[in-house]
Amino acid sequence: MSQPVFAPWDDPNEKPLIRFDDVTKRFGDFVAIDNLSLSIYESEFFALLGPSGCGKTTMMRMLAGFENPSAGKIELAGKNIAGVPPNKRAVNMMFQSYALFPHLSIWENIAFGLKRGDMTKADIAVRVEEMLKLTRLTKFAKRKPHQISGGQRQRVALARALAKAPKLLLLDEPLGALDKKLRQDTQFELMDIQESTGTTFVIVTHDQEEAMTVASRVAVMDEGQIIQVATPDRIYEAPNSVYVADFIGDVNIISGTVKAAGDEMYHLDWVANEAPLLAASDRTFSESQPAHLAIRPEKIAISVDKPTEMKNAVQGTVLDIAYLGNLSTYHVQLGGGQVIKAQTANTRRLSRRTITWEDSVWISWSATAGVLLER
Amino acid sequence: MNIRRFILIAVPYAWLLALFLIPFIIVFKISLSDLALSIPPYSPTAKDGISAMFKAFDLENFIFLASDDLYWRAYLSSLKIALISTILAVLVGYPMAYGMARAPEEWRPTLMMLVILPFWTSFLIRVYAWVGILSNEGLLNQFLLWLGIIDAPLTIMNTTTAVYIGIVYTYLPFMILPIYAALDRLDESLIEAAEDLGCSRLKAFWLVTIPLSRNGIIAGCFLVFIPALGEFVIPSLLGGSGTLMIGKVLFEEFFNNRDWPVASAVAVILLLILIVPIVLFQRNQQRQAEVES
Amino acid sequence: MRRASWFNITSLTLGFAFLYLPMVLLVIYSFNSSKLVTVWAGFSTKWYGELLQNDAFLNAALVTLKVAVVSSTLATVLGTMAAYILVRGGRFAGRTLFSGMIYAPLVMPEVITGLSLLLLFIGIGLDRGTLTIVLAHTTFSMCYVSVVVSSRLVTFDRSLEEAALDLGCSPFDAFRLVTLPIIAPAVISGWLLAFTLSLDDLVIASFTTGPSSTTLPIKIWSAVRLGVSPEINALSTIMIGIVTFGVIAASLISKRKAVKAQRDVRAAERAVT
Repeated sequence: MSQPVFAPWDDPNEKPLIRFDDVTKRFGDFVAIDNLSLSIYESEFFALLGPSGCGKTTMMRMLAGFENPSAGKIELAGKNIAGVPPNKRAVNMMFQSYALFPHLSIWENIAFGLKRGDMTKADIAVRVEEMLKLTRLTKFAKRKPHQISGGQRQRVALARALAKAPKLLLLDEPLGALDKKLRQDTQFELMDIQESTGTTFVIVTHDQEEAMTVASRVAVMDEGQIIQVATPDRIYEAPNSVYVADFIGDVNIISGTVKAAGDEMYHLDWVANEAPLLAASDRTFSESQPAHLAIRPEKIAISVDKPTEMKNAVQGTVLDIAYLGNLSTYHVQLGGGQVIKAQTANTRRLSRRTITWEDSVWISWSATAGVLLER
Repeated sequence: MNIRRFILIAVPYAWLLALFLIPFIIVFKISLSDLALSIPPYSPTAKDGISAMFKAFDLENFIFLASDDLYWRAYLSSLKIALISTILAVLVGYPMAYGMARAPEEWRPTLMMLVILPFWTSFLIRVYAWVGILSNEGLLNQFLLWLGIIDAPLTIMNTTTAVYIGIVYTYLPFMILPIYAALDRLDESLIEAAEDLGCSRLKAFWLVTIPLSRNGIIAGCFLVFIPALGEFVIPSLLGGSGTLMIGKVLFEEFFNNRDWPVASAVAVILLLILIVPIVLFQRNQQRQAEVES
Repeated sequence: MRRASWFNITSLTLGFAFLYLPMVLLVIYSFNSSKLVTVWAGFSTKWYGELLQNDAFLNAALVTLKVAVVSSTLATVLGTMAAYILVRGGRFAGRTLFSGMIYAPLVMPEVITGLSLLLLFIGIGLDRGTLTIVLAHTTFSMCYVSVVVSSRLVTFDRSLEEAALDLGCSPFDAFRLVTLPIIAPAVISGWLLAFTLSLDDLVIASFTTGPSSTTLPIKIWSAVRLGVSPEINALSTIMIGIVTFGVIAASLISKRKAVKAQRDVRAAERAVT
């Protein structure tokens, strides 16, 4: 039994829920968002990922209505929402600081938004109970925000924002204040809630792991522009630029010039006295074009003897070994001075490992292991 | 702009314009007018027509202030008294603030409250309390005579000394609080580091503690100096007729001589003198805010 | 933490003696039976009795209280508005002038404020009396209120207001339901400050009062200019007593609140583990 794949962005008939259309936002001379276009579809869990100051928070605040674009338009369900104040938008936000009202109980916090509408008291009570149950907070309904833990506060903020059943929920670094263990548990909880309510989530984060875990699609941003929008696996395996490859996870970048080597195959000349590296690429490159080969450390094998079956093999010495428990990362210095990281899973006990500092080793990878990038 | 925002801004704005700014313009205007035996006791007034009024304006009152050395002496003496009182307040306030900042943690809120408490009690009563102490038959003289330190009562009441005591006493909390705030923030390990690097305790205090509490001292000095300059109650009650201070001169000029134009001119000049320390104070506060952010 | 040194203990003792001895002596001598206030002639409460018989003082106290309640309430409303504008108002025409007018009265000598207001009241032909004192007191104490409230607003987490807007509040409702309850302590201390400033003010009241409305400080002033009077000692003692009681009560309440908050946090921590 195979489930239909959720990919509305590949369906040309699908109407996006949110559309940024050539949106620019300036604060004085500072351009926070630079002529950006983007579509987000219903029921997506969409992540805006980037370093601080890249404009991701500004995008979210424009969706919530706290900022208006300087140029371009933002559509929500086909309607331009410029000038609609935040209190009139079917969009709710979960704040980075949670922004729980300290003078109100958990129950009153969750009911706060519902009371702004024309719901009856009884309906409000039913809805609040529902939200408390969803976020497992029923026990704490009467407490004040400072009387519960950080993780519970995070759930209250989520419940409060979801209570009004918004078309779109915005989450600003929702897990930033939690410690690592709790963050991982909460990520899955967030995904469950998103799935069960079917609400469209847009999450802003600087944590690439978080974005990769929760999102259906990730937009990597830098300096007010979107560099790449794709599913997490595409972002990781097929980054479109050195910036994205470097931002997501660990990567080795080898720069050089390309020459064709057959069908969708290229040779990369990288240092004078080494053989060119072979890399497959579905992008076409012209002869002698400068290019960068991005290879993830876990796709590079390390061995004492020269491997025979790998297309690319280079010799070097072990400079450093980072032992991470389940993994070990070897820093291997090549003849030309460049340091390449190779990662192996520690499936054997430590004492059995044969490679150590200063050893001369071979690192090798296949032609399809890396991605050849223009920029 | 929506209507609510407009009202929110307009109401306090209009209030301050009407009851703060316009009165100053009136003071300024009257300072350029002449004394007259009428009600109100100055001319010209707006009734004489705007252009006639402007024509009749002159700097006569200011020339009068400059030529009569009573006013000169009053301004200078105010500056001197305010300055000396400020220095005395630093000398009294700094050790107290230092003692508070070095006091055990659990004592500090109480000490803090003890510093603030006088601020809530009536200013007038606190000044008045000194009358019974400083007068010739007062408690201080009785005490000193009883100790045998002096043979005849000291004359403190109705001298500048009494004014110094009064100003230091009433404005001391303003000196202590900013210095305490600065010392409280001071990282103890800095002093330990200075001692570790070879400073004696005194040297460490001089080279580390004092420079790092400088902003607090400056803020405290302005908070004492500025109100002391225009002070009226203290010189009137404790200084007697022997003490010249400009606030007192203004009050007497207005109520006793009913010379409104001169009183207004006195006020205008006092304001001009005050602008210097106020601007300096503002700049100090701003710099401190920048350092902190 | 260093041990309290002898120097520190001495300076604190002497300093606080300087701050409190005059008031303590005032209180003691208010129970002196002699008319000669500096000569102790035995314990008596007769000056308190005489004070309570003195209608002039009681009337003045009543006027003062009325002025203080009305002016501090007005000042709190206006000062809170002004603080909100300064901290949250964004740009508007004349903003610099506005903030100047908020801060200037704090450093303005009272004689100048009093003089200028008097000239205004005469200029527009407003009869001097309780109303003019209220106007004058409101004007300078609203500036104090606005400083107290705006220092609280500056540290106020703006996202709380945004959350209220996001959940459907109008800006006014967001202020009423979220901002105001949270900054209430600052607003209350602003009111208390305005109230004490009004109770305490002599100079501005002297300028702006009329013959019909004498406030307590004016009454005290005219009495003490003639020297020390036992009735004023008694009155001072009562006023000091009220303030001391109030401040100590307030600090005990806030301390108890802090202890309770701490206990809550501990309870929360227990609930988590």
